[in-house]
Amino acid sequence: MALLQIAEPGLSTAPHEHRLAVGIDLGTTNSLVATVRNGIAVVLNDEHGRPLLPSVVRYHRDGSTVVGYEAQTQASRDPHNTIVSVKRFMGRGLKDLPDATTLPYQFVDAPGMVQIKTVAGVKSPVEVSAEILKVLKARAEAALGGELIGAVITVPAYFDDAQRQATKDAARLAGLNVLRLLNEPTAAAIAYGLDNAAEGIYAVYDLGGGTFDISILRLTKGVFEVMATNGDSALGGDDFDRRIYCWMLEKSGLHAIGDHDKALLMGKAREAKEALTEHPEVRITAVLSGGELIDLALTEQAFNDMTESLVAKTLLPCRKALRDAGLRPDDVKGVVMVGGSTRIPRIQAAVGEFFGQTPLTNLDPDKVVALGAAMQANVLAGNKGQDDWLLLDVVPLSLGIETMGGLTEKIIPRNSTIPLARAQEFTTYKDGQSAMAIHVVQGERELVADCRSLARFELRGIPPMVAGAARIRVTFQVDADGLLSVTAREMSTGVESHVEVKPSYGLTDDEVARMLQDSYAHAQDDMAARNLAEAKVDGRRLAEATRNALAEDGDNLLTAEERAAIESLLQALEMALAGDDLQAVKRATDALNKGTVEFAARRMDASVKRALRGHRLEEIDV
Amino acid sequence: MLDFNRNHFELFGLSPAFALSRESLERAYRDIQAEIHPDRFAHAGEAEQRLAMQWTARVNEAYQTLRQPFERARYLLELQGVHAMDARNTAMPADFLVQQMEWRERLEEARTAKDFAALQRMESDTRAQAERLERQLAELLDERQDYVQAAEVLRKYRFMDKLRLEIDQAMEELDTP
Ligand SMILES: Nc1ncnc2c1ncn2[C@@H]1O[C@H](COP(=O)(O)OP(=O)(O)O)[C@@H](O)[C@H]1O
Ligand SMILES: [Mg+2]
Repeated sequence: MALLQIAEPGLSTAPHEHRLAVGIDLGTTNSLVATVRNGIAVVLNDEHGRPLLPSVVRYHRDGSTVVGYEAQTQASRDPHNTIVSVKRFMGRGLKDLPDATTLPYQFVDAPGMVQIKTVAGVKSPVEVSAEILKVLKARAEAALGGELIGAVITVPAYFDDAQRQATKDAARLAGLNVLRLLNEPTAAAIAYGLDNAAEGIYAVYDLGGGTFDISILRLTKGVFEVMATNGDSALGGDDFDRRIYCWMLEKSGLHAIGDHDKALLMGKAREAKEALTEHPEVRITAVLSGGELIDLALTEQAFNDMTESLVAKTLLPCRKALRDAGLRPDDVKGVVMVGGSTRIPRIQAAVGEFFGQTPLTNLDPDKVVALGAAMQANVLAGNKGQDDWLLLDVVPLSLGIETMGGLTEKIIPRNSTIPLARAQEFTTYKDGQSAMAIHVVQGERELVADCRSLARFELRGIPPMVAGAARIRVTFQVDADGLLSVTAREMSTGVESHVEVKPSYGLTDDEVARMLQDSYAHAQDDMAARNLAEAKVDGRRLAEATRNALAEDGDNLLTAEERAAIESLLQALEMALAGDDLQAVKRATDALNKGTVEFAARRMDASVKRALRGHRLEEIDV
Repeated sequence: MLDFNRNHFELFGLSPAFALSRESLERAYRDIQAEIHPDRFAHAGEAEQRLAMQWTARVNEAYQTLRQPFERARYLLELQGVHAMDARNTAMPADFLVQQMEWRERLEEARTAKDFAALQRMESDTRAQAERLERQLAELLDERQDYVQAAEVLRKYRFMDKLRLEIDQAMEELDTP
């Protein structure tokens, strides 16, 4: 007689093929895509063997685009239609861009987020970012030879809700299934932590082209817990370039120069800065459009002197983050360096001095974020077992609502672990008040005017009561991507009004559909085919998840009838998936989703019980 | 069947007490998260994804409450039906109030003098004071079950918490050029 086989709990019995998933570092200056191949994270290069894709998009009159190095070299020739550093505009209004007038773009102030007028029409930063993502998606699919099931996309830890939502919308527009938005420093920590099997408190110092991020993480037995995060969203390598640029003007006695010359000299400044990491002195030469010759020598010492205040400026958020985490610099066991600008020797020295140790630089600072994201994508796609690492990330900025007198009432303090839900009760201030305006804001300041406005909505239908008698419960929910949704309901009368908002800068499904239509009209693709393909991916994913769940827990958590009911829904879905009827696929997916709610609840309970049991046994052993 | 309404201590398999081993709490938290975090269900069905998020939010809330001494004590009192922070319970002993006023004067002086060292001294003094109050809370809640007295100590603790926050902010201001 054959022996019974017993599967390890939590391990799928059905062997499955390797699911193609990638990690994408959507950077301000450069973007990258990476994946896990044969258990090792690798960055996917372009056809010329280059890992980076400059985050530059040029629009042509016919709507076609050029992205990357080619667009970068054209930037000074066609500055109005060549968008660089679009990440700085994501989820930002015109008033959030103090330097808008010095940029060569024609901005259009749209509600929530600026737009840019190009020869190919008005473009949202979301659309521009989607162009970058499409190139990376195509690169990955060509390299991996198949369709991606999803991507982990990284965002600065300091990104607020508007910026995160915009990033997710861009991915949707590029046809990417977002497995998770992941904070860049957390991604970097994964790449380092797993290579070095690290335990303890780590700091991740990320200085890129336009932004600075610092995060403090605790690593314990495969759990990455973010303790605090801070940063400066307007501080990066570009500021170092600008210092050199100003120095060049001063040295050569120049004042007003045109856009073209400015772009030329900024490029020279950047080259000089990068060369200084290898050489103690560099020579800068350029011929301006008016024939003036620039020929200067820049020493490392002079460079360090002119950028000293920028270096010091990065240490401020470091101190704040440590204070938030309740730690001192010498509690930190390792400092991970991320971002191209951490190649600057003076930065490495200053960081080393602050934390009292030599920072870790053994991974390529350009690639760490993408590599970590790829590793997380691999886990989320289900290519690994259950005993992997776990990330416990936080909200970077406090979330609250406006109360009387333009003050903010914080509902979720910064650095709270996500996902989370928190409710607070408010009341009416006038007799018979039947509606309440709810204004959702994000930020640390006391005055609403100093915080970022995320959404406004109204709760109506409050039954007439004297002032102060109504009980309006406002619930904030932040999901694992760090995205917020808000609900409000009146509690005291049993009459429940209920509103759900998606913050106002987020694109509506209609807008995304319109943008998709636009891009497909141009690409001559077929919208219907794409809808069907997407619905089938969803359906197949659910079918596989359900099969795995049945194999794991079908016998112990379901009665025979319950199991049969789920199996028949599963069969119906599989039949629909074999055909090409979009509505049938959607209906069958929906039915199976609804039909497995109770089963899912029981499985979740079993998981919690299992966790506690393991814990208690450990306690008794001790 | 497990229900969402179990109290925070039960959720982590801990007995309800103010004195609590930080290590056991953290371990229980990590163990549960390892099973239920949404990342574990990224490729599961919709229902499981939603439940994973709700459960994790619930566990995070419980963890935040139990981890912080003030929230933990307030929660323990609430389990006993004592609402320590009720607006009607505002009376504080006079000597305590006098002491608070002295603290605040010191803070103001250090702030105007931009005296970082003085702020650091205050930080360690108030920490010591807070730790004393925590020991009192442990005794009143866990051993003497004197909830009325504990509520008063908790209100003192709240004052100290706020003061320490302000000291922190003052230090942050001095740090910011
Ligand atoms: N060798 C180097 N020395 C100094 N700075 C460098 C060097 N290499 C790259 N950088 C700078 O790094 C920045 C880009 O970093 P990156 O991490 O790619 O940015 P982002 O995260 O903003 O996309 C640019 O300002 C670039 O000049
Ligand atoms: Mg970066």
